[in-house]
Amino acid sequence: MTSDHTTVGLDAEALAARVAGDLQDGWYVNLGLGLPALVGAHVPADREVVLHTENGLLGIGGIASAGEEDPDLCDASKHYTTLRPGASAFDSATSFALIRSGRLDCAVLGALQVSGGGDLANWYVPGGHPGVGGAMDLAVGAQRIWVVMRHLDRDGRSKIVTACDYPLTGRAVVDRIYTDLAVFQLSEGRLTLVELAPGVDAETVASHTDAEFDTALTPTTEDHR
Amino acid sequence: MINKIADDVSRAMAQVRSGQCIAIGGFGRAGIPFNLIDALCDRDLTDLHVISNNAGKDDDGVARLVRERRIGKLTCTFPGHPEFFSQYLAGEVELELVPQGTLAERLRAGGAGLAAFYTPTGAETLLAEGGLPTRYADGRPAERQAAKEVRDFDGVAHVLEHALRPDVALVKAHAADRYGNVRFRLSARNFNPLCAMAARTTIVEAEQVDPGRALDPDDVHLPGAFVSSVVYGARRLDRALAHREDLR
Repeated sequence: MTSDHTTVGLDAEALAARVAGDLQDGWYVNLGLGLPALVGAHVPADREVVLHTENGLLGIGGIASAGEEDPDLCDASKHYTTLRPGASAFDSATSFALIRSGRLDCAVLGALQVSGGGDLANWYVPGGHPGVGGAMDLAVGAQRIWVVMRHLDRDGRSKIVTACDYPLTGRAVVDRIYTDLAVFQLSEGRLTLVELAPGVDAETVASHTDAEFDTALTPTTEDHR
Repeated sequence: MINKIADDVSRAMAQVRSGQCIAIGGFGRAGIPFNLIDALCDRDLTDLHVISNNAGKDDDGVARLVRERRIGKLTCTFPGHPEFFSQYLAGEVELELVPQGTLAERLRAGGAGLAAFYTPTGAETLLAEGGLPTRYADGRPAERQAAKEVRDFDGVAHVLEHALRPDVALVKAHAADRYGNVRFRLSARNFNPLCAMAARTTIVEAEQVDPGRALDPDDVHLPGAFVSSVVYGARRLDRALAHREDLR
């Protein structure tokens, strides 16, 4: 990959909105730090999606506005957050009990790299600053792992790779990848391009993707599971 | 008569020794026992093994223990603080990194009288297979995390994780009574009850301590049997919120 940035494709908010459009009414969903955290604000108004934060809340709303902050109310990104009707508060062991036992319908996570076989790397660049948080628990526990990320890293390299260079968070755990350029589905170890971002063609995706993939474009992506 | 309320925080803290293992509740700024950590710093202890979700934020809380170089080993999930990393990479502090659900459950197991448990979290990763640098020397990894025992249950790899039994827990509560019963509030609960149950000695700071009134039994999140002493501790706001309070 040679280009520093892709000049086509979705910006961060549009990408977050694209992911949010696939979250279903009644789902329990955990949103990771960074780009995934933007997804919550784009959930369609006619769907009740219960957002989980691993520090012990179900039913969080958006980030608290100035003057509205409660010092006892923060999300996993350590921002002051708000609660929606039906919210609940619990300790960290209960929070991770519900993660590991499969109560989350979906976790939306960021990534350093995802392999064509669904391996996820998102916690450590060797030699740097390690920090795993709840990522490994989410990777093994949530019913679906959706990755949302830029297609290329800061050096212009594909983040969708044949095999991850970085230490794994989980092996063969990713079900779907949303990037600024495209949406990929993973099933039974196969990576399939299912959707192109507006203004992006299949050749652009191919030239920016290191992993091998099949193509089965659909006008809109439905939940296949 | 039972009265776990200590008027003097320094008396509650007097039993803590250098080299001991201290579990500290909190996530972000919610549920951090800021007043107890300040009292711990007043004891002038070193080489503490601190168990906490992260290495603190800003300059107070666990970050104060880092800054004053009182920590010899940190067991955590997400160190986060730049000062901790500079000490880690300089070989001045040891790191044990644990997935967050595993940290919570290791504390829960310690408080539940269990020795260990198997979890699918972390299987087939560096944190189970071993190799993450725990200590640096001369700019290179000198010691690394050991491999953990892995066992197959119904075709799924599970990692053996051992319970944590800290010497002392520092806990932040919303309300407490003289029996040591404790109620938390919202996301300030996080690791606090788990630290309290796991430790041999548990010191609680609460924003509301009424010696004349017991908590309603159904409001008790942590029964007094797990609590050694209770002190009053005023809520500590971050700079932005404190500034706004001042303007009111």
